[in-house]
Amino acid sequence: MSDYLLLIVSAVFVNNILLVRYLGNCPFLGVSNRMDTATGMAMAVVFVIVMASSITWAVQYYILNPFGLEYLQTIAFILVIAALVQLVEMFLQKSVPALYRSLGIFLPLITTNCAVLGVAVLVIQGEYGFVDMLLFSFASSVGYGLALILLTGIRERLAVAAIPVHFRGTSLGLMTAGLIALGFLGFVGMVH
Amino acid sequence: MSVAKVFTRGLWQEIPPFRLVLGLCPTLAVTTAAKNGLGMGLATTFVLVCSNVIVSLLRKAIPGKVRIAAFIVVIASFVVIVELVMQAYFYPLYKILGIFIPLIVVNCIILGRAEAFASKNTIVPSAADGLGMGLGFTLSLTFLGGVREIFGNGTFFGHAIMGEAFQPFSILLKAPGAFICLGVILGVMNLISAKK
Repeated sequence: MSDYLLLIVSAVFVNNILLVRYLGNCPFLGVSNRMDTATGMAMAVVFVIVMASSITWAVQYYILNPFGLEYLQTIAFILVIAALVQLVEMFLQKSVPALYRSLGIFLPLITTNCAVLGVAVLVIQGEYGFVDMLLFSFASSVGYGLALILLTGIRERLAVAAIPVHFRGTSLGLMTAGLIALGFLGFVGMVH
Repeated sequence: MSVAKVFTRGLWQEIPPFRLVLGLCPTLAVTTAAKNGLGMGLATTFVLVCSNVIVSLLRKAIPGKVRIAAFIVVIASFVVIVELVMQAYFYPLYKILGIFIPLIVVNCIILGRAEAFASKNTIVPSAADGLGMGLGFTLSLTFLGGVREIFGNGTFFGHAIMGEAFQPFSILLKAPGAFICLGVILGVMNLISAKK
């Protein structure tokens, strides 16, 4: 039990996928201007990362490994992710229109979110079993959402502050992210 | 637009990732030293040029609806080539760049150039665009890596240059330093171009 707890704490705080492992930064800066888009993106990311990691895990252990095709990992994973995102989009549109309206516009963006492919590859590199993989991908994506919502909260406030004009926008967003990352550095050492 | 102009656009006017704010993950992650930035930049340049050429050649054959998936397959093939070549000949660098080599696939600069330029232009301008953007990216990564290496470690390409008494700002080599450094450089670039 405590192993699982450590895995979760480590993925959410200590090795935060966004601020410590630097994955998924483009949408991080792109959607962190408004709270409602940020929460939508955070939920879409959790949903897609957990599904994509489960499927790529199965692809790796039941297709690529038995046939000795490990070198096709990158191509196979990105294809699975692209197809999955497309399917999820179509499925949601048909059967859960309410959820589609809140997540819909973020789904196409997620294909090129390196956090999705990143977690899929990290799961294979970490040689996780199925349960560990589920926990790790869930905790990582929750960490992503947490960092995204924290940054958005700060950026919404900074929008009305008097900032030198050339440093507004992306530049300030990056520096803010840096300061949040500095905070997350405090978690280092809790779990190794 | 002439080929020369297409080429030089990537070197200053639209230099990624400073002007074209795309492909931030490798930018932040691998620039702990100038050498790593250079290696990552060159790997990305290779993929960018090759994928631009192929996408440009196939631009009439790929149906509009599945173009993104088709582009990704083209890009992923070249990334696998880079991955295998680096594993064989540049193993130490391959170890350092680690997960960010497969992640070249989802570098938005490459997909962005395929979508915005190569799918609409002939082969020579597309290659020039890829080369310009790639070299611009390499230049930026080496510069950012250089700044972080000099102040964070007191070395440049592995040679000590700051003297004995220098106390390195080791925070620059960690994640917060990466974000803050890139943020400051972006701001300074805005300032310089506003003065012109």
